[in-house]
Amino acid sequence: MALTREQKLELYYYMRLTRSLEERLVNLYRQTKVIGGLFRSLGQEADAVGAAYALDKSKGDLLSPLIRNLGAMLVRGAEPTEVIKQYMAKGDSPTKGKELNIHFGGVERGFIGQISHLGDMVPVMAGVTLASKMRGEDRVGLVFVGDGATSTGAFHEGINFAAVQRCPLVVVVENNGYAYSTPVSKQTAAKSFSDKAIGYGIPGEQADGNDVLAVYDVTKRAVDRARRGEGVTLIELITYRRKGHAEHDNQSYVPPGEIERWAAENDPIDRFEKVLRGEKVKAAELRAIDERIKAEIDIATDIADASPMPDPLEALRGVYAGQPSVAPLWFREDVSSAVEKHERASGWGTYDV
Amino acid sequence: MSEVTYLEGIRQALFEEMERDVNVFCLGEDIGAYGGAFKVTDGLQERFGASRVIDTPISEVAIVGAAAGAAHMGMRPVAEMQFMDFVSNAYDMLTNYVATARYRIGLGCPMVVRGPSGGYVRGGPFHSQNPEAAFFHTPGLKIVSPATASDAKGLMKAAIRDDDCVLFFEHKYLYRRIKEVMPAGDHIVPIGKARTAREGTDVSIITYSATLWKALEAAEIMQAEDGVSVEVIDLRTLLPLDDEAIVATVRKTNRVLIVHEDTRTGGIAGEITARISETCFEWLDAPVLRVTAADVPLPYSPPLEDYVLPQTLDIVRALRRIVAY
Repeated sequence: MALTREQKLELYYYMRLTRSLEERLVNLYRQTKVIGGLFRSLGQEADAVGAAYALDKSKGDLLSPLIRNLGAMLVRGAEPTEVIKQYMAKGDSPTKGKELNIHFGGVERGFIGQISHLGDMVPVMAGVTLASKMRGEDRVGLVFVGDGATSTGAFHEGINFAAVQRCPLVVVVENNGYAYSTPVSKQTAAKSFSDKAIGYGIPGEQADGNDVLAVYDVTKRAVDRARRGEGVTLIELITYRRKGHAEHDNQSYVPPGEIERWAAENDPIDRFEKVLRGEKVKAAELRAIDERIKAEIDIATDIADASPMPDPLEALRGVYAGQPSVAPLWFREDVSSAVEKHERASGWGTYDV
Repeated sequence: MSEVTYLEGIRQALFEEMERDVNVFCLGEDIGAYGGAFKVTDGLQERFGASRVIDTPISEVAIVGAAAGAAHMGMRPVAEMQFMDFVSNAYDMLTNYVATARYRIGLGCPMVVRGPSGGYVRGGPFHSQNPEAAFFHTPGLKIVSPATASDAKGLMKAAIRDDDCVLFFEHKYLYRRIKEVMPAGDHIVPIGKARTAREGTDVSIITYSATLWKALEAAEIMQAEDGVSVEVIDLRTLLPLDDEAIVATVRKTNRVLIVHEDTRTGGIAGEITARISETCFEWLDAPVLRVTAADVPLPYSPPLEDYVLPQTLDIVRALRRIVAY
């Protein structure tokens, strides 16, 4: 079923929101308000947005994003406010200051946070979708990995396991040319990442990752296949990483002119804007969306900026279920310590259990 | 009532929990039609079907990772490592993903990773390991290591019902060598509680798993030959350690020997020693000593394995030194 005009404008909105939100984060990073590293998806917004858009909220579909898939989380309902709070390490961020950047989520939210160990989310999402299959639920899972993660053992074990079990899982390999500084030519001898599907006995498809409608179409086919009980699909999206691995990376390893060429000739938002204009969407309508996004981000920034940093004792909470807090260590003088009572409070040689 | 082996105790727990809760399922290598390398899961697939007793590829990362994903969705997976030696393949998934998911983003991993560990069986370097210490250092995990058949059953049922990931170290030497009459009813042994396996007054042994039985033998010898009364504490749970039980026995006997089958350096005995030193220094009448395996990979040949692993007379020797101090 073809996307409606409203849906296409929504795709535009999410791609533009991703880019503008990241631009705001760059400003905050330069003001040293972003505490850790900052990871951009400039030029890759169509992958995250188009793929996530192919999932069905009403069926509880669940995705696991990678560091360059902020757009996918926004599609699934992540708020700019919470993203900024995460980057600013705020006490009322989704992870209460415990995790960085876009490492957050929850089953009920439609996305679950990644960890930094690449490839690990493939087995986890295999398990998520195994549970759907066991319970006869309609839920489909989607996991993003980069070109680099395909070299990990976890990727191989996870996709193979899911393929054997015919889990309703879509594996999206976002091939953006580089894993940190390592080009694809040093990552694999395979002609394409989609070729790897053959080895797992699953369908593999390749699509233009900078064409949001192509991304949506290829993902939708895979999602439908998964929902029909036909198992795993491997999708390779060809795109290009225009920024460094993180904001600190000067991209000295990139051949001269390469970034500029992609920016000028193959920007996913520019390309989609042309498509929309060709379908009689007025420029003014798109600029109005841009303005709305700017206003949303301004409000989100103010809220996040005004948020408090976490209470240090939050660091001890939430390790185990049913255990509100780990006991503070007695030598941490500036923090009230329950352990003092146990570790020599009433004099050496006594121990009150 | 008839006696039940340690292995049968574990199998009973799996059967009972799968009967009780449809969310409980098992996954692992060769566990279904074949019933597992040690037959712990024998009959499970016949009873509960191939969708709840899943034969997997040889992929410890995928087994543990998929268990975590299913656990997020409300399932209660029980993942088998064919030998606990192979859990090292899933070290990343357990320590980086499973152990941190609740703390980082509030996603629980109610799951059990179980399997046979331990030596005394001529299994060589890769079918005899005691890798508990590698995980003992990781907040977010729990570790149990039962020594008796009833504890094996009761702790397995508790582990399956626990809302966090429990690493369940079974001891293959004990699988078919020990038996006892199983307590009736829904037998649960709480995680985090040690057990006094033998009451004594002169010196304490703190141990777990297969070396419990060597500690009890040593205690008998000490009573018979030296007239020394030895208390033996079976930790049962390693993470979290039962500090109260440790402190209580130190205060009672003032002399402590820690015994474990794992290698010495970085072993759990070191942590227990540190805790005793921090909290009970003045209660001690002798230094805390350790009887452990030697710091070598576990060799295959009987004279070599027997030399490396703790033996009953090693424990007797160490107890005599502590008592004489």
